[in-house]
Amino acid sequence: MMNNAPGPSRPGANTNPDPDPTAVHAENLTVARGPRTVLRALGFTVPRGQITGLLGPSGCGKSTLMRSIVGTQAKVTGTLDVLGRPAGHPTLRTRIGYVTQAPSVYDDLTVRQNLDYFAAILDPGRSAADRRHDNVTRATADVDLTTHADVLAGNLSGGQRSRVSLAVALLGTPELLVLDEPTVGLDPVLRRDLWNLFHDIAASRGATLLVSSHVMDEAERCHRLLLMREGELLADDTPDALRTATGAETVEEAFLHLVDEAKAASRPKETTR
Amino acid sequence: MTTPRTTTVTPTPTPPNASPKTLSTARTTATTTRVLRQLTHDPRTIALLLLIPCVMLLLLRYVFDGNPRTFDSIGASLLGIFPLITMFLVTSIATLRERTSGTLERLLAMPLGKGDLIAGYALAFGTLAIIQSALATGLAVWFLGLDVTGSPWLLLLVALLDALLGTALGLFVSAFAASEFQAVQFMPAVIFPQLLLCGLFTPRDTMHPVLETISDVLPMSYAVDGMNEVLHHTDMTATFVRDVLIVAGCALLVLALGAATLRRRTA
Repeated sequence: MMNNAPGPSRPGANTNPDPDPTAVHAENLTVARGPRTVLRALGFTVPRGQITGLLGPSGCGKSTLMRSIVGTQAKVTGTLDVLGRPAGHPTLRTRIGYVTQAPSVYDDLTVRQNLDYFAAILDPGRSAADRRHDNVTRATADVDLTTHADVLAGNLSGGQRSRVSLAVALLGTPELLVLDEPTVGLDPVLRRDLWNLFHDIAASRGATLLVSSHVMDEAERCHRLLLMREGELLADDTPDALRTATGAETVEEAFLHLVDEAKAASRPKETTR
Repeated sequence: MTTPRTTTVTPTPTPPNASPKTLSTARTTATTTRVLRQLTHDPRTIALLLLIPCVMLLLLRYVFDGNPRTFDSIGASLLGIFPLITMFLVTSIATLRERTSGTLERLLAMPLGKGDLIAGYALAFGTLAIIQSALATGLAVWFLGLDVTGSPWLLLLVALLDALLGTALGLFVSAFAASEFQAVQFMPAVIFPQLLLCGLFTPRDTMHPVLETISDVLPMSYAVDGMNEVLHHTDMTATFVRDVLIVAGCALLVLALGAATLRRRTA
């Protein structure tokens, strides 16, 4: 099954003694899409080497925030630094792995051909051919698709296709992995295996993971949580601290508690309109 | 909360040395290989691309069975028009799929230059266009008795440039299509006016002056002119060189416009 053993040392993994302990730093981050303000003056910090969960109901701006961090979102204002550079900086393109919510792979290529192509973009040249081959083999094993390597992506099931998309992000050795709902539509066994893989990536490669989800039980598996609602940040804390602060048993209860509080706080404003 | 800062992260200032090269041979080749691999999983498209021009020429030959001169002129023009139309369609759909499937966003978040992507596509479809044009030209010249005064190689050259122009136009219009339905509708919108005015149906200098002026600025007119130069002259005429340069220049210009429609940051 999943390759969770700390494998042979991979180039660039965990060897960069960067003194900066933050992976992402945002201040007054605002994003407009058309006439709508999707993110409102967000300020937060994502620490390196940890798994930060980004949680909130669908439509709350999770994907927009992730796209801003990756540098594909237009109309971003405020400060957003990623791995010590402004978001979208060209040198970040090899350092970040990004998985969109909908699997973005070529349906008319096999799993291996998809990975071969993206690997050639990340690490081009004839001299890197062996390294690319190893990376493709490892990424395929990481998402448990070794037996399907020669199947067309279009002929895979929905969950398998999203794992191909995830494997693309695992090629190379990204310092920051931005995963937009990577476990949606997967069965419990695969979900558990993927979360084990995420923890392994954070622990053995020192990578930072930012994982969005609207499934609250996945929140318990994160080191830190960012809770969002309607483009605003409700909380930025560890799961334990959130439960303690709200007196809730689970993160889900804590989140609901915070949402009710926010609603109550905003209601007087709404009635005055 | 700290005091609001007004720093804007878009557009990101790019230090000149940090930006990836706009053209990397390895990444371009990888893209070409990928596009061709996609096509190999779709043999029906390849068969249609290669066979339809041949079948059309065969049809045309017997439509003008009693009038070989007409077949010469229309046949040579069509040898230039087929690659333009097919590459236009294939590229606009392929690029649209790249945009809608999210793979374009993913690629542009990776260290891929826009030039790599465009050159990769142009090379892949150019390869296909060479095979298509070679088959069609060979069939027309050697089996259907198309009477060419000049070298068939020059016909092939014009056909290839037309294919490049088709690729460029397809890439460009795909930016304005939100769906496959819209993309295919750009075919009549972009190609048909050029087809009517390029001199295929009636010589351009006999058209109404307004139409003649319009046809003077449409690239397909020069593609057809170039074909006719080869048809009637043994060596490369100055007009032929001019036609070839105009078609090539248009293709490069539209490719550059197409590159400008590829945005790393989208709303």
